[in-house]
Amino acid sequence: MLPVFFADIADLRLWYAVPLIVAVSLVYAATRHELMEPILRHAWRICVWIVGFMAVVFVVLWIVEKIWM
Amino acid sequence: MNDATQARDPFEPVSVDLKDPFIAAVSAWLWPGAGHVYQGRYAKAILYMVCILGTYFFGLSIGGSHVVYASFTKQDRRLPYLCQIGVGIPAMPALLQWHRVRRGQLPVLDGFMAPPVDVPSNNHVDLAPAKMSDRHVQRNFVFELGTVFTMVAGLLNILAIYDAGCGPAFVISEEKADKPPPD
Repeated sequence: MLPVFFADIADLRLWYAVPLIVAVSLVYAATRHELMEPILRHAWRICVWIVGFMAVVFVVLWIVEKIWM
Repeated sequence: MNDATQARDPFEPVSVDLKDPFIAAVSAWLWPGAGHVYQGRYAKAILYMVCILGTYFFGLSIGGSHVVYASFTKQDRRLPYLCQIGVGIPAMPALLQWHRVRRGQLPVLDGFMAPPVDVPSNNHVDLAPAKMSDRHVQRNFVFELGTVFTMVAGLLNILAIYDAGCGPAFVISEEKADKPPPD
């Protein structure tokens, strides 16, 4: 069961979002601060927000699929 | 380290020497991070270069060189290019190819960033927007993904251009903003 789960995770197209989330978070945070420390901290917060938002959308779509499909 | 340095809030706005903001902004558009190199803000220059160019070239590598091309005909308005040109020089070969094809010449560089074309028997080059579907079939979903990556890179560089021209838009917490300035 577990190996199948990890195989599915490895095949997931969602991995393409990772470099995009990292780049967007860092660039956006860099436009709000000048020093590296606050940039990295702010970027981490943005990362968490984006992933959290995606997780909420995932749960909503999953529930919709379970109810209507 | 003295007390003043220890007590310094890293989130506190710092003064930035923007030198000539116009030159910085234009350089930042031409090559992501170049404007910051001109201003001596090397850490941010590296950050922008790695993030923006990394995203751009990753998109190019997964989607193929045709994800970036310019075409502004009635049949094929390549609107994503308006975002992609945000990265400056790395997206400019597409303009050269568009210029050649529009004059009926064959694309150079083995069709790198060239719009889809047809070469009938009379050797005159024609735009062939219908050939785009072949690119989608060949590359599958990564063609769209490559287009998205290159578009996002161009849009991110607009933020970097703003940062080079105007400096960082510091976030000041409401608590600090409400405090009266020291005498």
